[in-house]
Amino acid sequence: MAQPPPQQPLRTLPPPFNTSAESFELIAQGAESLLYRTTFLSPAQPAALKVRPQKTWRHPTLDKRLTRQRVLAEARVLVKLSGEGIVAGGGGRKVKDPKKKNDGGGDNGGVGALRGLVPAVLALDWERGWLVTEWIDGVTVKLGIYQRDLAADEGVLRGLLGRIGRVVGLLHLAGVVHGDLTTSNMMLRPTRTPGTNADAMARAEEERGEVEVEGGLEGDIVLIDFGLATQSVSDEDRAVDLYVLERAFGSTHPKEEGQFDEVLKAYGESMGKPGKVVLRRLEDVRMRGRKKSMLG
Amino acid sequence: MPVAIGLEGSANKLGVGIILHPPHQTADPPSPHDSAHSDDEAFSTRTQKHTSPPVQILANLRHTYNSPPGTGFLPKDTAAHHRRWVVRLVKQAMKQAKVQLEDIDCICYTKGPGMGAPLGSVAIAARTLSQLWEKPLVGVNHCVGHIEMGRAITGADNPVVLYVSGGNTQVIAYSAQRYRIFGEALDIAVGNCLDRFARVLNIPNDPAPGYNIEQLAKKGKVLLELPYAVKGMDVSFSGILARVEEMARKLETSQTSGGGPWKDDESGQPITKEDLCFTLQETVYAMLVEITERAMAHVGASQVLVVGGVGCNERLQQMMGMMAAERGGSVFATDERFCIDNGIMIAHAGLIAWRMGFRTPLEESTFTQRFRTDEVLINWRD
Repeated sequence: MAQPPPQQPLRTLPPPFNTSAESFELIAQGAESLLYRTTFLSPAQPAALKVRPQKTWRHPTLDKRLTRQRVLAEARVLVKLSGEGIVAGGGGRKVKDPKKKNDGGGDNGGVGALRGLVPAVLALDWERGWLVTEWIDGVTVKLGIYQRDLAADEGVLRGLLGRIGRVVGLLHLAGVVHGDLTTSNMMLRPTRTPGTNADAMARAEEERGEVEVEGGLEGDIVLIDFGLATQSVSDEDRAVDLYVLERAFGSTHPKEEGQFDEVLKAYGESMGKPGKVVLRRLEDVRMRGRKKSMLG
Repeated sequence: MPVAIGLEGSANKLGVGIILHPPHQTADPPSPHDSAHSDDEAFSTRTQKHTSPPVQILANLRHTYNSPPGTGFLPKDTAAHHRRWVVRLVKQAMKQAKVQLEDIDCICYTKGPGMGAPLGSVAIAARTLSQLWEKPLVGVNHCVGHIEMGRAITGADNPVVLYVSGGNTQVIAYSAQRYRIFGEALDIAVGNCLDRFARVLNIPNDPAPGYNIEQLAKKGKVLLELPYAVKGMDVSFSGILARVEEMARKLETSQTSGGGPWKDDESGQPITKEDLCFTLQETVYAMLVEITERAMAHVGASQVLVVGGVGCNERLQQMMGMMAAERGGSVFATDERFCIDNGIMIAHAGLIAWRMGFRTPLEESTFTQRFRTDEVLINWRD
């Protein structure tokens, strides 16, 4: 959701940021949050502050409920995926929302599965609606594709799409569906950190001979914006997640739409057997989208 | 001067409209800002802020088939209604428009999407007129009709469009000669959800179930918890419908059985029919505004246009207006004459296509229940 912010009256930050000395640079106004670049605790720790301001158009009760749900869901999922601060054996329950059942608590499958491929959580307050995560360098995949060198080999684009498919596959294997997969919600981080899954993936890629040439589409895919994420392993949820991505991709990048199969191919490969079931389910979801009654 | 007659009958409304596009326009759909003012009396009936609208609405008639409370409209009854009324409406529209047969350039009709039987009866009427009057036919996509009419009436230049009606829920943005669907309902349309809820509570279908729900909702106070199903830019309403229907039945049993009224846990207030309407509206409209906002953020647009029957809802327009204002943008909406299905939008979109050279030969003048918005080549926009 990275868009240059329109001219806006200055917004007040929620406490404690309204009185703190760090600088806050408004990076983007997404659909439901304001993203600031700042530092956290130490000036050497660049961080992203995501504030979910109150939506005046929404009923206050509903607004509070949704803000709370989403801040918590996002933090919970990020903590699980990045594996930060979790000792194998169930530490993830610390941030569990008592109201929400059935979030896969107790099952530690997927903990740390996307270490380095999602931002790590630094702090949050669900009542006031903010979350601080580690800062991710780079541009959004959307921007990357828009700015790509059209003269470059199509293989570069295919490489990128393949990496997207593999990251989404990893995410789903970890028991999480993103809920809002778009190319605006994926960062293209230029460098990779050794010892992370990202690094391992990149190395595996090299071994398969998929090393990329120049083209500005290199880098790790880092998934961001988990506000609509849920913990689920159902084929239906996974397929809908892919469908959302497919449609968002097609409408955002009409010229590249034909290459989207590359994402699905890589997804299927990285998921293994369960991936085939999801892809078959995706066909059903697509048909539903197209065939649903369109009256009136 | 290009003049078209449009016939619409994709659902329970039969509409006949006659439109005139003043000459010396580019192929782009006329923008209300760049045309000389016309003194045609038809303008006096239009409520809009622009003083010099270029398209002239010569006639815009509609007749609605309403089924009794507790029921929905069935295809065969609706088709019979359209057959019964189409001749009368066409005659009346021609009379009102004060145009001669030779003034008319083309006959536009809704090709789809919609209900098969009603679409069929209107397509037959259009074909008959075409042969009787020896005028070319232009088949129009219903959704494109809504969008183009909304743009022409409001002057919105390149908005994100929320198209919400009894059969459609789509968030659309223009890109590369197509109206692309960014988000849509994954199961039932929002209007369908409202209509079916109205049936459970026996809320009348006249003038429209959604209108009656809106009036009841104004008196509602308690917000109950319903599922909230937003997936990316898509939404789902079937779970909400199931839950709110369950609530409606619970309300009914609590009123008939001796167990006393159903009370809200927090406030202790008894729950009413009005509260259910209020809850349903607040929830589904919040979802719609949210996906619209997401699409606006995604494509970087600041304008939003609401079209379709549900777009008449004032609460939805109000919420959308607040959202757009927070983003430094603005909302465009039309009133029931253009929001609710009508013939003029078919005439308008058809006439734009006709001016681009588009014709539907008689042999191809079919109709289809499924006709996606993004299938139409929008060659009149850059």
